[in-house]
Amino acid sequence: MSDPEQAPPAPRHAVADAGTAAREHVRAGDTLADGQWHRLHPATPLLRGGIAFLAILGVVIANLRERLVEMFLPQFSGDPRYDGEDYDPLTYSFTHGYIGWVLFALAVGLVLVIGLFFLSWRMHTFRVTDEAVEVRSGVLFRTHRKAKLDRVQGVGLSKPFLPRLFGAARLDVNVAGQSADVKLEYLSTKPAEKLRRDVLTLASGARLAEGEAPLPGAAPAGVVSPTDGIITRHVVERANDFFSPELPEDQAPPESIVRIPVGRLVASTIVNEGTLVVLAVVVVGAVMLVNGSTWVIFTLIPAVLGIGSYYWTTITKSLRYSIAGTPSGVRIGFGLLSTSNDTLPPGRVHAVQLSQPLLWRPFGWWQVKINKAGLSAEAAMGGKANTTVLPVGTLRDATAVVQLMLEGADVDSTFDQVESAIMRPQESGFVLAPRRARWIDPIAWRRTGYALRASLLVFRTGVLWRKLTILPLARIQSIQISQGPLERVLRLASARVHTVLGPVTPTLPTIAKDEAALLFERASAAAVRAAADDHSHRWATEVR
Amino acid sequence: MTNPLPEQLRADAASTPPAPRPENDPAAAPGAEVAPDPSPDGGSVAPTLAQALASPAAAPDAAPETPGRLDITGEWRRVSSKAITIELLTNGIAVVVVAAAAALVSVLVDHPWPWFPGGAIIAVTLVTLAFVPRRIRSIGYLLRDDDLLFRRGIMWQRFVAVPYGRMQLVDINRGPLARAFGLAELKFVTASPSTGVTIPGLPLEEAESLRDHLVSVAESRRTGL
Repeated sequence: MSDPEQAPPAPRHAVADAGTAAREHVRAGDTLADGQWHRLHPATPLLRGGIAFLAILGVVIANLRERLVEMFLPQFSGDPRYDGEDYDPLTYSFTHGYIGWVLFALAVGLVLVIGLFFLSWRMHTFRVTDEAVEVRSGVLFRTHRKAKLDRVQGVGLSKPFLPRLFGAARLDVNVAGQSADVKLEYLSTKPAEKLRRDVLTLASGARLAEGEAPLPGAAPAGVVSPTDGIITRHVVERANDFFSPELPEDQAPPESIVRIPVGRLVASTIVNEGTLVVLAVVVVGAVMLVNGSTWVIFTLIPAVLGIGSYYWTTITKSLRYSIAGTPSGVRIGFGLLSTSNDTLPPGRVHAVQLSQPLLWRPFGWWQVKINKAGLSAEAAMGGKANTTVLPVGTLRDATAVVQLMLEGADVDSTFDQVESAIMRPQESGFVLAPRRARWIDPIAWRRTGYALRASLLVFRTGVLWRKLTILPLARIQSIQISQGPLERVLRLASARVHTVLGPVTPTLPTIAKDEAALLFERASAAAVRAAADDHSHRWATEVR
Repeated sequence: MTNPLPEQLRADAASTPPAPRPENDPAAAPGAEVAPDPSPDGGSVAPTLAQALASPAAAPDAAPETPGRLDITGEWRRVSSKAITIELLTNGIAVVVVAAAAALVSVLVDHPWPWFPGGAIIAVTLVTLAFVPRRIRSIGYLLRDDDLLFRRGIMWQRFVAVPYGRMQLVDINRGPLARAFGLAELKFVTASPSTGVTIPGLPLEEAESLRDHLVSVAESRRTGL
């Protein structure tokens, strides 16, 4: 707020007042965002090292397999040809009288590990000031990361399964830049939820607090009382947290505007092109099995298990989906066992794409994906980081989600436009590819075109895989038109819009050459104008 | 081709909001009149994005068909012709290195097979050498009021428009050969990795003044990401 260059051209004192109000509101509560250094959840090393622990345990168990089998199932006591004496470290140390040393080494190792974990936990601190989120970590190599609040692209709160049992959650503050997240893993759930809101409040630099009464710092009534024993309290809190809705009561947002029935979610996961391949493989495998190639079963079963687990994770990840607009942005929640909850401030959406795989067409299902800043390359490509804002839904659901992404609310008026853009682009103001484009794009040329609206550029592509890509002009990084030799012969060209990295690649594969030149001129001029009018980097200081 | 930036451009670099287009606007496409403004009032009252999507709009008139290749007319500034020499030298050095490596390996193994891949690489490089002058001459850039245009390619032509305000940083790189010829390469980086605006073969002083110009105009037009 004290940075004049970052502030939009609103009156300076108004910005300062809004900032102060936001700050005071945040400070009024018992919050982690008080500008002091804080530590993370004490179980952090255990939770972060959880996988390593499991791996070590796995190695140990694998090494002691013979011994365990012998201990519990003596009738199967292994291969009689193998006496294991020199290979089994336990037997070796026992027979050679080293057992004391081994125990000593174990104890020293344990103390060292615990000491290191403790030290790294102690040295890992964070603070949230009015301007930035800062994290200091590392024992030998210290790092100090500071993210400016006005560059915040989103705040995510996720609770993986194991940490969730401990009542811990991870808070990701996304700022623009390749893997420039500031991760606070892990925090206790309640303070983390509050901190998420406070970070957004501070980042918006605004009075969005007005609608919300300051918290008296009360726990949900009647659930936990301070007189309970610590264990009871912990258990009750955990249970409450586990089954309660994701969001704390004091700021329960408007209800989710889209619901995904479980049946539709399951069906949509299974109905895709990949499943056809899987079915083909299973059929081939079954035929080979019947014809006596029993070895097939050893490749088939792991494959089926793997695919099954893929379906399972995909489905559970999208269960309990919710999306709703809140004053600080669109909030999207996902997940059954591991939950995640992202808040996307206004103006952080760089591209929105509605798409429909071929096999979803009979059911009328659509998917919505977005590009948002601050993803690492592999997260963006791997479809991680919750860029799929609607896993499956009807066109009306998809329109509602697109509306939210574009900061609107009136679904009905948009629905007709979206539907006609998809079904009848020639009637809804699209500049379509000319007939000669069929030599390059024999099927999709009828449905390939663009439309330039007041602050949006819309691409319509695809017949088998229908796609509608909506690009806010103020977020466009650059525009490209290009022409190859074949296109030159046909007087065609293609266009492409560069946005931040994400699952959406906005391209217009074919368009008449002169239309491409015109698109280039219009869109680049409109993008400049839209960017000049845009003040969403401190969204709540906009003139109301 | 060492023409430094027009003085007037540098002078008004810090002038703030996007000014109305001057008359000699190189923007107009061949045959295109002034592009119809998508928002009737010039965007002063910005409707929300959702309203923009909800409001129907008629398709603009079809652009008149013109013969010829894709082109954006304007006073494109080309890169130095010394860049051609540098590119030729680089390719020549590559040919020599590949030939030396192939010769060495074939002597060591006492068999001519290393010459098959080596020879193929050399042949391809020599063929592409013929296109180097045209390829370098096709590279150009154009400074407009609010954005930078970049073009390159003959067979595969590519035009990019980057609004100045989208600039994240500007790099100036100089390899050893470029330094010997007093040239530099300017890279305009946005938040999108695919923008790919890299202008090679600029005389150093032009590259530096261009960089300073870009930084100052970007500063005056900066908004969020």
